[in-house]
Amino acid sequence: MENYFNKEIETAPREYIKAKQSARLIKMVHNAYNNVEFYKNKFDEIGLSPSDIKSIDDISKLPFTVKQDLRDTYPFGMFAVPKEELVRVHASSGTTGKQTVVGYTQKDIDIWSECASRSLSAASCTKSDYVQVSYGYGLFTGGLGLHYGVETLGATVIPASSGNTKRQIQILQDFGINILACTPSYAMFIGETIKEMGIDPKTLPLRAGIFGAEAWSENMRKEIEKSLNIKAYDIYGLSEIAGPGVAYECSEQSGMHICEDYFYPEIIDPETLQPLPDGSYGELVFTCIGKEALPLVRYRTRDIAKLTREKCSCGRTLIKMSKPRGRSDDMLVIRGVNVFPSQVEHVIIELGMQPNYQIIVERKNNMDMMTVCIEMSSEMFSDSVRKIEETERKIEMAVQSTLSVSAKIHLVEPQSLPRSEGKAVRVIDKREI
Amino acid sequence: MAIKQISIFVENKPGRLAKITSLLAENSVDIRALSIADTTDYGILRLIVSDPEKAEKVLKEAKMTVSITHVLGIGIPDVPGGFSVAIKTLADAGISVEYAYAFITPDAGKAYVIIRVEDNDAAKKALKDANITVIEQDEIFI
Repeated sequence: MENYFNKEIETAPREYIKAKQSARLIKMVHNAYNNVEFYKNKFDEIGLSPSDIKSIDDISKLPFTVKQDLRDTYPFGMFAVPKEELVRVHASSGTTGKQTVVGYTQKDIDIWSECASRSLSAASCTKSDYVQVSYGYGLFTGGLGLHYGVETLGATVIPASSGNTKRQIQILQDFGINILACTPSYAMFIGETIKEMGIDPKTLPLRAGIFGAEAWSENMRKEIEKSLNIKAYDIYGLSEIAGPGVAYECSEQSGMHICEDYFYPEIIDPETLQPLPDGSYGELVFTCIGKEALPLVRYRTRDIAKLTREKCSCGRTLIKMSKPRGRSDDMLVIRGVNVFPSQVEHVIIELGMQPNYQIIVERKNNMDMMTVCIEMSSEMFSDSVRKIEETERKIEMAVQSTLSVSAKIHLVEPQSLPRSEGKAVRVIDKREI
Repeated sequence: MAIKQISIFVENKPGRLAKITSLLAENSVDIRALSIADTTDYGILRLIVSDPEKAEKVLKEAKMTVSITHVLGIGIPDVPGGFSVAIKTLADAGISVEYAYAFITPDAGKAYVIIRVEDNDAAKKALKDANITVIEQDEIFI
């Protein structure tokens, strides 16, 4: 028996979903045009009036929105509602130290919570389950997104947040947790720690896990399912669109159903910006047709994925997206945190050093490790180890505070970092996912 | 006057020391003393050489990170307690030593110790007051 949170929508006929999408898009376009200066200017520039949008089929007439637009209007310039309507603000790290800020009205939080509840239900969660949320809580949307999802569903949330793995395992055991939500790499780590501690996963009441915020493979899924004796479900989201729950896996585990009644997806060619047909890989674009505070129009996620409308064995009719298989920009996801190489560059320049660097990302013991190699320069050099170590620590702290993720600093000899055709190779990602 | 030490940043990978020393040899720079401070990732090679300016120039041309550091040289009798007296003198004057390394001279019975302190003048004064020999650059290569 498939478990639904909102069966009416999740299994609705296409025409019904399309009618909802059209009505919401029309309302949303007016909201964006009338309340966000950025969109008014953008529409006026191309001679588009909100009344030109009569149904969801007109969506390709609308202009795109990119992450830079959120930075240019930092912090609240893209918000379409007055301050008193906002109930929450989240943020994620941006390229030059500036964060991407997102805001929610109560209705937006309700929509997001419902989408998270749908994700939990699809992963078999019911009111009688205990759900341990081991995503980080805070400005990052992972922790609170799932948290409200569990409460909206009526199950019991244990807000464990991330870290202190032994304690996490003790809670899993002692509280009788049924469902675990965290990043897949952290799930792998918990699985290994359980093994090290000599605990048989079959003795745990744990039944399912919801894992997202970073890329993971089918092999990782098998590994997690075995080491924790659970069924592992993928979940997709990004703060600009809402947070975790934008799309979620069902029992078929072959792609994620998108909550397309709130977040309208398209696939475009990132070069020509032309829409691509179902089944082709391209850049995933979302329009937040249901949202009030941040009505993003055709937001380019930079994730490369494909869409399919094929019938799903779970009974859901909502369109499915594949696991993203890459990016159309240079963003890295390290332990669930978005990192741009230019952020690292910014930190180095701020410290008055030459930006001759290279980022190496590896996965050790299923944890992402970031090393920043920096070429030694005469300004940084000293004959004293103590002074060089002070410099390393200074860089480490600046990286940590800008990126919200720690990195090891590795000083190398001048001009020793590889350059290909004169262009520096900024990132080496050794992770095999 | 202090002694000019050449300090070089050396990444921990095979062949680095060989490259530095062969460069110096090709340019007829004589090494009188050396020490290496090592960490997991890199080391700092410290050299006392016959021609510090030339050494700095050729190493810089080879794209290495090099600096000249002013250090103190002390001549001490090669007998038990020789170094101890010098170090105690500095300690009593409240001068801490960042690092030190020793080498032997062609003169029988004498050893030289290179020390790195924050304030060379204060250290020199304390040592001289205690009748400890402070050596100069030109005394190392005779």
